[in-house]
Amino acid sequence: MTISNQHKICAKRVSVYYGAKKAIDDVSLNFDQRYVTALIGPSGCGKSTFLRTLNRMNDTVPSARIEGDITLDGEDIYDPSMDVVQLRARVGMVFQKPNPFPKSIFENVAYGPRIHGLAANKTQLAEIVERSLRRAGLWDEVKDRLSDSGTALSGGQQQRLCIARAIAVDPEVILMDEPCSALDPIATAKIEELIHELNGRYAIVIVTHNMQQAARVSQRTAFFHLGTLVEYGATSDIFTNPRQERTKDYITGRYG
Amino acid sequence: MPSNEHTIKAFDAEIGQLRGLIAQMGGLAEQAIGAAMEALRLHDLEGARRIIDGDKRIDALEIEVEQLAVRIIALRAPLADDLREVVAALKIAGVVERIGDYAKNIAKRVPTIESHGEIEPLSVLPAMSVLAVQMVHDALDAFAARDAAAAVEVCARDRQVDDFYNSLFRVLVTHMMENPKTIGQVAQLLFIAKNLERVGDHATNVAEMVYFAATGTHMAERDRGPMSYSTPTA
Repeated sequence: MTISNQHKICAKRVSVYYGAKKAIDDVSLNFDQRYVTALIGPSGCGKSTFLRTLNRMNDTVPSARIEGDITLDGEDIYDPSMDVVQLRARVGMVFQKPNPFPKSIFENVAYGPRIHGLAANKTQLAEIVERSLRRAGLWDEVKDRLSDSGTALSGGQQQRLCIARAIAVDPEVILMDEPCSALDPIATAKIEELIHELNGRYAIVIVTHNMQQAARVSQRTAFFHLGTLVEYGATSDIFTNPRQERTKDYITGRYG
Repeated sequence: MPSNEHTIKAFDAEIGQLRGLIAQMGGLAEQAIGAAMEALRLHDLEGARRIIDGDKRIDALEIEVEQLAVRIIALRAPLADDLREVVAALKIAGVVERIGDYAKNIAKRVPTIESHGEIEPLSVLPAMSVLAVQMVHDALDAFAARDAAAAVEVCARDRQVDDFYNSLFRVLVTHMMENPKTIGQVAQLLFIAKNLERVGDHATNVAEMVYFAATGTHMAERDRGPMSYSTPTA
């Protein structure tokens, strides 16, 4: 496996424990700025846990403990001096279930830039909101009702609103944890198209159970099983000619 | 954890059905080549007609394979070795259909070969056909067994069929020079020999696809048969 030197995030020998249970066992994986990386594997394989180590979301789980190193642009994200709020602005996250704030569409997107002081005045803030909503492919659908509640949107629109919210703070990495599992195929296609358009501007890491989705949206795929990284490689190789028997059994539907 | 069965049983059933169709097609094509050579030997016009008609069955099976393969791709979204196998089946069906056409082509020439006693090289052709048909048979067995090593072995044998063709070519040309009266008929035999040589090439193609389906990589150049046949000189 050739590893380019454009790594945005480097995870080195990462293990995660929930209490005594080891959820991730010695995983080393690098994420490239240029690629969408898909994390696949059966339920409980640790892919979401691993994703959540990348912006320290696991800190919110009291029993969770992490070993190993994770760096963002060479900076140790678990260093005590790391500002976690700042980190999560740089490494944004989109969840399985769309979770807009119970506020207006505008406020959902404006919230982050405001608390991070990214806009000098109202005009700039409005510009950021519009740009983020445009990038998330939602602007045309909501531009006439920005003061409506974010929760009044459809599921697919809500998810794109969450992506707009993540984009608004100008992140470097976007983590997505099964972002389409609650959406219908049309809304899913829109999110996938969006991922395609965001590709290159942000390093994107996506956890998905949908094999076809992983194949469609990513350039790199990592297969997790029982807390270990079984195989990592170019998506086209993983899906046409996986090297590991376990990967093959999983993606061809022979597992379980 | 690893097992050979899909969690979705119907998927296994469909892959099995696809393999069954390929095996059935292959069986018919092998049989047709053998029967065409027999009809040639016995100057059996009725037998030749049956072979020509029978080719429709092979053509129909090819369409069945295509439909099933497209259905599997659409409904099951096969991946990895499953995907390679479906794609290989699709291509193999096309090749086997072609082999059936060669059998038909040989059968069509049966009425043109009348004076058997006078054409001594005729006795060599069946041996060549046995060799070529065995290659087809073994290539399809390799497909059924996903056996890459057997596929390589089939490719290695193509040289024998080519050598057969080379020597037959010289014999037939010599025969034509010595017996100008038989040129019309012997020219037909030359075409038949060429058809059999092509059958060997197609068996090689099948074997290469089997190799790809089984391993995910293409066969090394040295293991393949000659890509195209160079015309022999008498």
